[in-house]
Amino acid sequence: MSTQAPKNIHLTLRVNGESQEVSFAPYKTLLEVLREDMNLTGTKHGCELGECGACAVLADGVPVLSCLVLALESEGREIETVEGLAHGSNLHPLQAAFADLGGAQCGYCTPGILMTAKALVEKDPNPSREKIKEAISGNLCRCTGYQQIYESIEEGARRMREERR
Amino acid sequence: MSAKKRFDVLGKPRRRVDGRAKVTGLTRFADDIVLPRMVHCKLLRSPLPHAAIVSIDTAKAQAHPGVRLVLTGRDFPVTFGILPVTQDEYPLAPERVRYVGDPVAAVIAKDEQTAFEALDLIEVKYKQLKTISDPEEALATEEPRIQSYGERGNIHRLQAYEFGDVGEALAKADHVFDDVFFYQGNTHLPIEQHASVAAVDGEGKLTLWSSTQVPHYVHRALANALQLPPAHVRVIACPNGGGFGGKCDLHNHEIVVSKAALLLGRPVKICLTREEVFYMHRGRHPVTMRMRTGVTRDGKITGMHTQTLLDGGAYGSYGTASTFYTGVLQTVTYEIPRYKFDAARVFTNKPPCGPKRGHGTPQPRFGQEVQLDKIAEKLRLDPAELRLSIVVKPNTLTANWLKIGSIGLAECIRKVVASSDWKNKHRKLPEGRGVGIACGAYLCGAGLPIYWNKMPQSGVQLLLDRSGQVTVFCGATEIGQGSDDVLAAIVAEVLGIDAFDVRVVTGDTGITPVDLGSYSSRVTVMMGNAAIQAAERVRDLIARAAADHMETLPENVGFAHGRVFRADDPGKLMSFREAIVLAEEKFGTLGSVGSYSPPRSPGRYKGAGVGPSPAYSYTACVVEAEVDKATGWIGVPRVWIAHDIGRAINPVLARGQVEGSVYMALGEALMEEQVFRRLPPKLSNALVHKIPSLLEYKSLTSLDMPEVFTELVEDPDPNCPFGAKEAGQGPLLPVMPAVANAIYDAVGVRIDELPITPDKVLAALEKKAKGENPRVGPEYFPDVPYPEPIQVLPPWEGGDGNAINAPRRPVPKEKVAS
Repeated sequence: MSTQAPKNIHLTLRVNGESQEVSFAPYKTLLEVLREDMNLTGTKHGCELGECGACAVLADGVPVLSCLVLALESEGREIETVEGLAHGSNLHPLQAAFADLGGAQCGYCTPGILMTAKALVEKDPNPSREKIKEAISGNLCRCTGYQQIYESIEEGARRMREERR
Repeated sequence: MSAKKRFDVLGKPRRRVDGRAKVTGLTRFADDIVLPRMVHCKLLRSPLPHAAIVSIDTAKAQAHPGVRLVLTGRDFPVTFGILPVTQDEYPLAPERVRYVGDPVAAVIAKDEQTAFEALDLIEVKYKQLKTISDPEEALATEEPRIQSYGERGNIHRLQAYEFGDVGEALAKADHVFDDVFFYQGNTHLPIEQHASVAAVDGEGKLTLWSSTQVPHYVHRALANALQLPPAHVRVIACPNGGGFGGKCDLHNHEIVVSKAALLLGRPVKICLTREEVFYMHRGRHPVTMRMRTGVTRDGKITGMHTQTLLDGGAYGSYGTASTFYTGVLQTVTYEIPRYKFDAARVFTNKPPCGPKRGHGTPQPRFGQEVQLDKIAEKLRLDPAELRLSIVVKPNTLTANWLKIGSIGLAECIRKVVASSDWKNKHRKLPEGRGVGIACGAYLCGAGLPIYWNKMPQSGVQLLLDRSGQVTVFCGATEIGQGSDDVLAAIVAEVLGIDAFDVRVVTGDTGITPVDLGSYSSRVTVMMGNAAIQAAERVRDLIARAAADHMETLPENVGFAHGRVFRADDPGKLMSFREAIVLAEEKFGTLGSVGSYSPPRSPGRYKGAGVGPSPAYSYTACVVEAEVDKATGWIGVPRVWIAHDIGRAINPVLARGQVEGSVYMALGEALMEEQVFRRLPPKLSNALVHKIPSLLEYKSLTSLDMPEVFTELVEDPDPNCPFGAKEAGQGPLLPVMPAVANAIYDAVGVRIDELPITPDKVLAALEKKAKGENPRVGPEYFPDVPYPEPIQVLPPWEGGDGNAINAPRRPVPKEKVAS
């Protein structure tokens, strides 16, 4: 086995609307670079093989599993993480609904589900229960039994529609 | 306890106090901690299920660039174990490995990748030993012994108790039902993988941040394992990304990173991979059980005999307690005048089993509730009516001397019968669709701590100052269940302020009073009672100071909505902050403490310590199932569940606990199983984990989850804070048997083992078509050498809670060379 460390690569990532230069080993996943090199620890990990959805972030508005994406493929894409959801100190309506209605129990799967829900609601401002179930079927939650998550997404979507009025 | 009838904080749906942190990604889980100069640890684990270690050569790993330290079993002379009676684990195995995944060496390096690389450079020579793969093999194999302690051979524990003459009770019954069941093991699968960071502080003392449910027990056991004064060790439980019982042990990696941090003088982190979390396990014991129950023609139980055999895996963990729990709570739901239980736990070469949600009780509950369904069928009684007619009465003792306080079970049964439209569905739905009912009960906290002591089981401290701020300190651990919210809500209710005005500091053995941790559904009751005491003590001080100012008596001072006022003249008022200033002027710096110890249990016999609780929660559940007779596929479209919670402190969180329990229970009923297979002989014949990944270990996604109709029954219990019982574990128990009973109602087959998978349903349907007994399940109960039982007379047969015999036990064989 080679004991020579691979050389770092340098590039600029756009995360939550800000550009940042980062330097990292080329084999690193987007998840690892977000958490370890950019200190954005809000994004979680749970399985390392794309099964649990805890690491979901948005790339150009579409949910991706950041544990299956190489960071070096992410240059030039608009990455969004849970840290970018709130406006200043004001929670995003989805965040507020999750906090109010039991959508987050331990909170570990929550960032991934919030990002998935954001992508859904931005495409479909009034999603049906079936659409919600389908959208988050790739995000495992071991705490809630999902019902309060559905209700949180429905309430968050309702508050977003109200804000737009 | 407050005599106040109306509540300002309790009982109202509220945002949990830690909700904002959880939705912003600010909740700091253990793996989110990053410290200056931090290095990373990885463990080398055994590829063999049972082997002697001949040699370990770490030279190449130590020479690998970037490696800072390599540790082996030689660096850890002291054994550990979460229970004082089973100190059988090594942080790193020095001489012998006992399951695939047992850690043998550790590498600490500049980053995880370097540590992984160095693991491959460690050379370990093993000499394989005979592998013991299942309980029957364990019973039959005297040598080699996996552990050198226990009853004999590979039997870890044997327990036998008899409360009244059960043989006579069965002989006098109109019918005796004799069934054998099997409940497969499964694992917690918290989405957060275990992580720990250890660091040495400026004073040279050790701090460990960890994903643990029990910082106090970890503190105690870690100090012992490292032979450090406990006062120089601080354990901080990070909020857990799910626990479910899997973070209740002291784990190998916690000791290893602590030792490494002390040796290197810099922070050391470890985060287990998902595969390692499967090896860490401590999950549900696979249990084979036999139940013999005598009943009268009208469905009254005359006596019951429960026998269990637990597959413990390679180490003790909480197994001694788990073994008791497969027997002791069988008596708290229905009237059982005479009861006998025999329980055994054996060692096998698999990851150790331990406590998972319901700890040892879901397995016999499954058997009991499925058997009751068979009894109702045979006696031509409605299974809901049968249960209603035998529900335990409040304020009574059980045959095994457990004290029952409030019991809302009858109300729970009535509620789910009504909401599910049971009367129009049971035995009336078209072929392929069915409904099943079952009940359950659970502790609201284990009556005794895991190490013997007479100190409080929960302590709470309050600090108030002139700024108006209230800070509450408690060793309890937030694992997602909402314990921080319960703590803030109770303090806020007593002091008449908002829950968000209370700052909560929990789970830090360096600064919070001892609480035994988040297990056995103990936190709401024990921490809650301690919090009431602390808050009432400081409220009395504030009332005395405010009374002087408002020219009244302290008893006439009211607290509500952030105001302190004269109860007889609410126009005379001041802000809570002004009242604190008056109290600080009068009494000096303001603070208080509260503590809680559970009431003494009436049982006096040896072993009576497992089972008592300040209160028991009750649940009833109806499941609707659809079975496709061509494929065996099982669908569960709807579940109705009613839980006797005493009082809901925050109904949003209470409902979340109930629905989360239904979710986890359906996984256990239909798909989750921690199973193993033998590699072919040419590939070492080793016993390996079949599914150590999230890809193959199946759990329910949002698309599999049925609609759940939850009702909370509030029958306040006088032993509980404002009457509030537990909600985190009890609601899991009735779901699995209700699924099995619903499948019987749907297609007329009995699946007497979990999980119930399509292949088992198809096999049973085939038997049915051939006119054979349409059942799939264990065919026999193994021959277990249970000892002569300890005999205790039930309360109604003149007993006083003491044993009436002193059975002779065989002397356990002592250490056998490894």
